[in-house]
Amino acid sequence: MSELKLKILELLKEDARRGADLIATMLGEEEEEVKRAIAEMEKDHVIVKYATVVNWSKVNDEKVTALIEVQITPERGRGFEGIAERIYLYPEVKSVYLMSGAYDLLVEVEGKTLKEVASFVSNKLSPIDSVLSTKTFFILKNISRTASSSKNAKAINVC
Amino acid sequence: MIKEDEKQTMPRRSMRDYLSSQAKQIKPSGIRRFFDLVSGRKDIITLGVGEPDFVTPWHVRDACVAALEAGKTQYTSNAGMPELREAIATYLYERFAVAYEPSNEILVTVGGSEAIDLALRALISPGDEILIPEPCYISYSPIATLGGGIPVGIETFAEDNFKLRADALQAAITPASKVLILCYPSNPTGGIMTYEDWLPVAKVVEENDLIVISDEIYAELTYGANHVSFASLPGMKDRTILVSGFSKAFAMTGWRMGYACGHPELIGAMLKIHQYTVMCAPIMGQIAALEALTNGLEEKDRMVESYNQRRRLVVKGFREIGLSCHEPEGAFYAFPSIRSTGLSSEEFARQLLEEAKVAAVPGNVFGLGGEGHLRCSYATSVPQLTEAIERIGAFVHRLKTAGA
Repeated sequence: MSELKLKILELLKEDARRGADLIATMLGEEEEEVKRAIAEMEKDHVIVKYATVVNWSKVNDEKVTALIEVQITPERGRGFEGIAERIYLYPEVKSVYLMSGAYDLLVEVEGKTLKEVASFVSNKLSPIDSVLSTKTFFILKNISRTASSSKNAKAINVC
Repeated sequence: MIKEDEKQTMPRRSMRDYLSSQAKQIKPSGIRRFFDLVSGRKDIITLGVGEPDFVTPWHVRDACVAALEAGKTQYTSNAGMPELREAIATYLYERFAVAYEPSNEILVTVGGSEAIDLALRALISPGDEILIPEPCYISYSPIATLGGGIPVGIETFAEDNFKLRADALQAAITPASKVLILCYPSNPTGGIMTYEDWLPVAKVVEENDLIVISDEIYAELTYGANHVSFASLPGMKDRTILVSGFSKAFAMTGWRMGYACGHPELIGAMLKIHQYTVMCAPIMGQIAALEALTNGLEEKDRMVESYNQRRRLVVKGFREIGLSCHEPEGAFYAFPSIRSTGLSSEEFARQLLEEAKVAAVPGNVFGLGGEGHLRCSYATSVPQLTEAIERIGAFVHRLKTAGA
């Protein structure tokens, strides 16, 4: 990937609402050049989407997030990925990672209540044939998202 | 009522009368005076104090924590830990092509500030004239005065990108001239000196047998050409005390770690004063500085890139709101001209603070050539900078339409 694209990604990662004009100024490039690079990365799915980081603890309508370690039997021909993609289809599932180590998939699930997440695990995830076992961890607090000042955030992220 | 015996014990002069004439002569810092007013106020955006907005990288902090846990709490050798002096020598040679002998040509100090103080104390005899290109950092002239020296300002101009011109230097020289203090990349102007810019200056220095204190604290923060150390110029090494430190490049302001390099006789004299006044720089800071030099250069490059991005943003911003702004090629300050508003820099800064809630330093505090300018540090976040530029823009617009 070109150096320009990497620099653009860094700036968008900090703030996805930065416009091409601001990015062009900061990098000392032509605006058209930046627009083209962003369009290319969007087309190539390097940039998948522009999401918002929400501090849910400040929203009345609180959410529960769990990380679930899942062990599965791989499918002939498709390995782990077929089953991983199927799990990702459930709307409760926010992300699925294929992992090295003691388990195979890490599944991030979001629900309104603890009960809702628990019922997803017992009624939807566990019954899938190739799922051997699950281990569910509820997230108590996301430190990196709630740390308000950038300095604190940095300090905590690095630790 | 005060009794007779109590009266005896009270000072019989006003407190001010006890002060030395030199202490009375120097003024408090113009930068701090402005910022003590705003500290703690959330509605004000400050572009004031020259401090990186990065926290010292974690690996540097961690090295210090580990050293404390291991019980490294003693004095070090007066000149600084030998390993650190070695690392400084290697770093200066690799980055700026100046070679110093760690054993007797390098002195680790409490910030670049102490190094400047030591250098001036070691060099000045009463009556010596100290040549200082201005606008410049505010500490040189008061320290020179404290030592009985006579500061002589040399004005530099926006048209020249605030570079020091050899003819201006020559014109300021008298038989009493002894020391030239250089600060490039420049605080407050962001001006730099290239090799070609330096050569005629070096010639004047040589012809007039001057000694140079070169404050290169911003050496790492240049945004085009690599910094050219004055000590690296032909014949200038022995005439130069190179002063630098870790504050700006490695985001280590609070650690107070600096150093001075130069001829063994000069460094030896500075070391004597250093021994009597501070003994040695704090060991925790020295260990952190060693870590920064050993493993921190990549992180430093990332920070420099980030300053550069913000530099482009503010320079364009100032130009768009109609304030002419020369291209600052070093440090992390923009120094736009506010002359078109018809206000003095002091008045502009005061009204800007009160009406637009943006704090910046009026140019006049930096000496000759500073009037009519505003020092704005861009070492702050992009949203803050964008907001500050908007506020300054609206403020300038109001001023100009009201005056029309």
